[in-house]
Amino acid sequence: MLIKKPADIRPSEITSEQNYLNRRDFIRAGAIVGGSVVASSAMSAVIPDARGARLGDVRRSKFSTDEDTNSFEDISTYNNYYEFGTGKDDPHENAQDFEPRPWTISVEGYAEKTGTFDFDDFVKPFDLEERIYRMRCVEAWSMVIPWVGISLAEVVKHFAPTSKARYVAFETLNDPSRMPGQRRRSLDWPYREGLTIAEATNPLPILAVGLYDQVLPNQNGAPIRLVVPWKYGFKGIKGIVRMRFTDQRPETSWNLAQAREYGFYANVNPEVDHPRWSQARERRIGSGLFASKQPTLMFNGYGEQVAHLYKDLDLRRNF
Amino acid sequence: MATASRSHTSTKISICAATSKQHLDTLTQVRRIWKPLIFLICLVPAILVVTDALELTGRLGANPVEEIQDRFGIWALRFIMVTLAVTPLRRLTGWNWLTRFRRMFGLFTFFYVLMHFLTWLFLDQGLLLSAILEDIVERPFITIGFAALLLLTVLAATSTNGMRRRLRKRWQTLHNATYVIGILGVWHYWWQVKKDITEPLIYAVILAVLLSARAWWRWRRHK
Repeated sequence: MLIKKPADIRPSEITSEQNYLNRRDFIRAGAIVGGSVVASSAMSAVIPDARGARLGDVRRSKFSTDEDTNSFEDISTYNNYYEFGTGKDDPHENAQDFEPRPWTISVEGYAEKTGTFDFDDFVKPFDLEERIYRMRCVEAWSMVIPWVGISLAEVVKHFAPTSKARYVAFETLNDPSRMPGQRRRSLDWPYREGLTIAEATNPLPILAVGLYDQVLPNQNGAPIRLVVPWKYGFKGIKGIVRMRFTDQRPETSWNLAQAREYGFYANVNPEVDHPRWSQARERRIGSGLFASKQPTLMFNGYGEQVAHLYKDLDLRRNF
Repeated sequence: MATASRSHTSTKISICAATSKQHLDTLTQVRRIWKPLIFLICLVPAILVVTDALELTGRLGANPVEEIQDRFGIWALRFIMVTLAVTPLRRLTGWNWLTRFRRMFGLFTFFYVLMHFLTWLFLDQGLLLSAILEDIVERPFITIGFAALLLLTVLAATSTNGMRRRLRKRWQTLHNATYVIGILGVWHYWWQVKKDITEPLIYAVILAVLLSARAWWRWRRHK
């Protein structure tokens, strides 16, 4: 069902002053902790411009799961990245010649710091962290992936959004000469995604630049992609070239393609089925031919960190 | 119509037998060489699933259950197309011996649909009865697929010469359900893809051509 006025802000989406203050406290506390780490090890994210190069100074995270991770092969050969083709093995095959560097990211909209930044300068102020997250695809399969990335909350804070900024919108590179899948209109290019400011400043989302302590493979969204572990995989926009702070809910690609099936929030929810298939269970990739599916967890098991964001939201309507 | 063409063929054989031995030889060849050979070729996709699972010939990839299910499904669709192509091709070329393969292609369609279904039942759903029933009842594309399987089971069970004789004229009416199965198959495929409908569209076009050829011939005959 179509939401009549997508631009309207529900009261539940507006951060209360108390929460806002709490958030400030949280960020300040984080900055102090982070600052002491920086002081002791002088970390800043440097991403080598070489395929498969190792990433140094990667900090482990308390948000990581201790579940068995999927193999590098599974993670890098079974992808949805329509810019390189709609088949699962297409991205691996068609992204080999893609050159992700040099790369620029344009930061726009309601923020104090805006402009076009070279990828190296964009990531430099932040710490590299390994985040081992569950990834639940809307197609009812899942993986456990050891990403390396920078905290999106830190990135958002760095660009200092103004009070008008209610959403962060992202866009993928639109260049059919480099992304062969864009020569067909399998989606309305460029790929677009977005989060509310409250979601983007939650400590869980990251902008991933690596996988298994190596530079992010092209087919996984090099050089930089979003990872939001409590949402379906399609929210994790790849090959990001634009980040825009906006007061209106941004258009998102899968919602544009099929509004009845893919919503803006796209939170993992075993109780709300996709119109054509059940979301109650998922197949864990790598579990073998004879393994049974496992139950899908509310918010993909990240409810403790994110459920409060949606406490006044009807998740059946806002799927 | 098939019974008619069958007797038509046999009359032709008896006439030809007197005049030329070549036609009879063709039929013997069909029975002794081509039928077993085509049978083995039709089995290749199924054999490859097994050898790929054992990583002898290739691999099934990161999601082997989905891969197996997709392969059986797509081969089922290909076989229903091949089955439906027999009659138009025979009419266009005059190769009447093609009819001799029609039942085999139909049974291979049934075989691949059944394997597709069993993969879903055992490997995908893990025989979880509640999930299976819910899927069949609540997911329209699965309901459609299941309906096609039921129809195919009836056709496979009545495909023997004995059943054909027993059912007489009703046999052909019953087996016209093949057209319905073709439509259900393409529909099932179309409805389950996420976004890129290119491949289902290709099958839909082929099916449309095969079915409209029949409609056109029928219309011309009645004119």
